[in-house]
Amino acid sequence: MAAAVTDRVQEIDWENPEQVGLWKDAWQRFRRNPIAVLGLALVAVIVLAAIGARVVFAFHLPILRDYLQQDPANADLGLFSPGHILGSDELGRDILSRMLYGAGISLTIGVLTQCIYLVIGAAVGLTAGYCGGRLDNLLMRFVDVWYAFPDLLFLLVVVSVFGASLFTIFVAIGMIYWVDLARLIRGQVLSIKEKEYVEGARAAGSSPLKIILRHLAPNALGPVIVAVTFGIPRAIFLEATLSFLGAGIVPPTPSWGVMIQQGYESIFSHPMEVTLPAVSIAITMLSFTFIGDGLRDSLDPRMRR
Amino acid sequence: MAATAKGAPARGARLSLRPRKTRAANLAFYIVRRILWMIPVVLFVISITFVLMHLAPGSPWDRTGGRPLSKAVIDDLNVKYGLDKPLWNQFLLYVWNVAHFDFGLSYQYQNQTAAHVLLESWPATLTIGALAFVLIVPLGVALGVIAALRQNSVIDYIAVGFSTFGASVPNFVIGILLIIVFSVEAYHLTGGSLFLPTGGFAVDEHLILPVITLSVLPVAYIARMARSSTLDVLRQDYVRTAWAKGLRERLVVLRHIVKNSLIPVVSTLGSIFALMVTGSVIVETVFAIPGIGRSFVVAVSSRDYPMILATTILFSVVIAVANLIIDLLYTVIDPRVRLG
Repeated sequence: MAAAVTDRVQEIDWENPEQVGLWKDAWQRFRRNPIAVLGLALVAVIVLAAIGARVVFAFHLPILRDYLQQDPANADLGLFSPGHILGSDELGRDILSRMLYGAGISLTIGVLTQCIYLVIGAAVGLTAGYCGGRLDNLLMRFVDVWYAFPDLLFLLVVVSVFGASLFTIFVAIGMIYWVDLARLIRGQVLSIKEKEYVEGARAAGSSPLKIILRHLAPNALGPVIVAVTFGIPRAIFLEATLSFLGAGIVPPTPSWGVMIQQGYESIFSHPMEVTLPAVSIAITMLSFTFIGDGLRDSLDPRMRR
Repeated sequence: MAATAKGAPARGARLSLRPRKTRAANLAFYIVRRILWMIPVVLFVISITFVLMHLAPGSPWDRTGGRPLSKAVIDDLNVKYGLDKPLWNQFLLYVWNVAHFDFGLSYQYQNQTAAHVLLESWPATLTIGALAFVLIVPLGVALGVIAALRQNSVIDYIAVGFSTFGASVPNFVIGILLIIVFSVEAYHLTGGSLFLPTGGFAVDEHLILPVITLSVLPVAYIARMARSSTLDVLRQDYVRTAWAKGLRERLVVLRHIVKNSLIPVVSTLGSIFALMVTGSVIVETVFAIPGIGRSFVVAVSSRDYPMILATTILFSVVIAVANLIIDLLYTVIDPRVRLG
C-alpha cells in the first residue's frame, strides 16, 4: 500500500504538473457517473433516431411508412403486426413513424426554447448583476411580477391567441422561463464579482473584458449549463402538455402530446397507442434529467454528496 | 417536559433582543406591504392577459361549425358585453369592476357571471388539491428523511429513484399510466368486478387516482429537498452532540434532525403550491373532473374573455397569498429569519 503510494508520488512530474482544465476535469467526473452516461447514451439514441427518421421522410425512403398515410383496412393493429412494428392507430397510421416524427418535434422544442431562454435570461441577468443599483432593482421587480404569472395559464392563452405553430410554442415557452435564468445569472454575477480572484485580476491590471472572459464567464457558466439542461425536459413537457390539452401542435402532425391525446380516447380498446408516446416522453425527460444531475455534480464538485 | 425547558431559554433570549411591540408592528407592516405588492402584480397579470386576448384575430363570436352569426347579432353581443368600446376604455372599465369584485358575465354560459362559474367549479379543485396537499408534506418529508438516515442503502436508492422519476415524468403521463393499470388492466383482469373509475367526480373512488397523480411531482420534489437538507443537518455539531450525550434515537431524529431539516422544505412549499395549481389543469383534464382547471381549458378554447381573466387573477392571487403564508410560517419555524 505504502509502496504503491510512493510509486505514484514518484510518477508525478513535479516540475511540470499536469494541468487539468475545468472542462476536462468535469468530463472525467461525468464519465464516472454511470447514470449520467446512461442518460447521455439514451439522448444520443433518440437524437439519432429522430434525425434518421427525418432523412427517411424527406427522401421518401421505403424503410418507414409515411407518418400521415392513412390505411383504414389496417387500423388499430397491436404490437409486432406485419408492416407495423409498433402497431397502427385508429386511422391505420404507422405508430413507429409517428413516434419518430414526434421525437423530432420534442427535441426541436426542447433545444430551441433554451436558446430564447438563454438570450433573454443572460441579457437581463448580466445587466442587472453588472449595473446594480436602480436598474437592478427595476429589472428584478419586473422578474418578480413575471414570476407571479401562472405559467401554464399564460402558455394556453398565448398559444390560443397566436395560433399553435411550432414557432409560437417555442417562443411562448422561452418567454416564460427566462426569468429563472435571469435570476440565476444575476446571482452568479453578483457573487463572483466580489471574489478575491476577480479583485486580484483587477489589481493586476486586467481589462474588464478580460475579467469577464477569463474569470466571470467560466465560473458562472457551470450553473447556467445545468439550468439549461434541466430546461430541456421542462420545455418538452410543456409542449406535450399543451398538445395533450388540445392547444399545442395541431393534428395531424404527430407530436407525442398529440398522440397521447388521440390515443387517450381509445385507452380501453387499444391501450398501447397511448402508452408508447407516454413512455417515450417519460424516458426522454428522465434522460435529460440524468444528464443534468450528472453535469451538476461534475461541474460543481463542492455540491457533491 | 424536557422539551419545553430546552426550548424556553432560546425563546426568552430572542425576545429580550427586541421589545415585543416593535416586532409585532414590524410584522403587521410587512404583511400590509406584501398585500399592497399584490396590486401591481394583479394589474400586470390583467394587462398582459387582456392585451394578449385582444391581439388575437377573430372574436369570441366566431363559430367553428354551423351558421355564422349575423352582423346585427354580433353588434348586439358586442354592446351587451361592452366589446364595442375602445380597448383602453374596456381595460379601465374591467380594472374598475375587478376592484369592486365584479368579474363580468361569462360568454359561454348565458347570464352567468364568471365569478359564479368559478365558484361552482371551485369545490372539485379544492377537494383534490387539499387532499393532495395534506398527503404530500408528511409523505415527502418521511421519504426524504428516511433516505438520508440510511444513505446509500436500498431504501435510499428507491427514494432517490422515485424522486427522480416523479420529478421528470409529466403528470398526465402518470395519470394515464395509472388509468391503464388500475382501470383498464384491472377491469380486464378481474372481469369488471374490481377497478377504479377513469374519470368523473361523484363518489369517493373518483378521488383516488387524481389525488395520486397530483401528488407524485410534489412528493418527489419535497423528498429530494428533505433528503439533501437532512444530509446537511446530519453533519452538524449539535446532532453529533445529541448522539454523544446518549439521547435515544427517536429523540435525536425527531427533535434535532427532522425539525431542522424541515426549514428548507417549508421554503419550497410556495413553488409546490404553484406546481399543484398548474397540475390541477392537467389532472382535471385527464380525469374529466369539473374543476377550475378544466373550465379554464374550455374557456381558452371558446375565448370566454371574462372567464380567462377571472381564472388567471384567481390563480395568481392564490399563489401570492400562499407565498405570503409560507414566508410567515418560515419565521415561526426558523426564528433566525426576520421579515422586513
